[in-house]
Amino acid sequence: MSLMSIFDISGSAMSAQSVRLNTTASNMANANSAAASPDQVYRSRQPIFATIQAEMLNSANADAFNFDGGDGVGRGVQILGIVESDAPFQQRYEPEHPLADEQGYVYYPNVNIVEEMTNMISSSRSFQMNVDVMNAARTMMQRVMSLGQ
Amino acid sequence: MAISFSDALGVHEQALVLRGQRTQIIATNIANSDTPGFKARDMDFASVLRDRMGMSNDKVSLRTTNPRHIADQSGTGTGQVNEDTLLYRIPLQPSLDGNTVDEQLENANFARNALEHQASFQFLNGKFSGMMKALRGE
Repeated sequence: MSLMSIFDISGSAMSAQSVRLNTTASNMANANSAAASPDQVYRSRQPIFATIQAEMLNSANADAFNFDGGDGVGRGVQILGIVESDAPFQQRYEPEHPLADEQGYVYYPNVNIVEEMTNMISSSRSFQMNVDVMNAARTMMQRVMSLGQ
Repeated sequence: MAISFSDALGVHEQALVLRGQRTQIIATNIANSDTPGFKARDMDFASVLRDRMGMSNDKVSLRTTNPRHIADQSGTGTGQVNEDTLLYRIPLQPSLDGNTVDEQLENANFARNALEHQASFQFLNGKFSGMMKALRGE
């Protein structure tokens, strides 16, 4: 039944959004973590989303697009990986800081708080929407199960 | 005397199945609303349903007159939801990352589709209870 795969699709999107929210939390928590050298400084982490294309690329499974036959074939979201941002980190002159190097510099992460806040709102909204979709699919399935009663 | 279910149930049986499939397509769009490069898709419900019911006049499908002929799998005339019947949405506000999902539009379509699914279901349910009533003869 095609309604069944909606749970997989929305579920994959929900887990992807929760990973995104997780990286946002990690970035915000570490936004002010100072480090003694550029190698040790925390770098902003971002997940990379991609549509699950595995079935399509696999030519043996030509029915991938046939929504009738392929149960659970629905194209959800996967996380390809989490990359660390290459944006320049902040170098601040704080000679009195215990972690300061010989020149008196401390290194702060390249986390952009504004960007992280928008990411947070966007991911929580998307998560909410997928929950709504799942709820609607559940109601539809329950209704179909009561057919003929 | 045999009861023909497909005659008795009419269009609603096919409509319910198609509504379920369309729900899946729209759910895929919503799930991928943050995926870079994802193209939102949908189907032309009326034409697919018409194909499914075999009422389409504007489509030409291949006939196989020999068992060794390769069947027409293009989806035309079969009413199947596949790569050929799925269309791409034209985005109102294309985004920089190549994603064409409009969340409001998808949400509206999803809600509408769910409602139409319920309508198809109620028609179908009505057909069944009518048949039950006839069988009982109360």
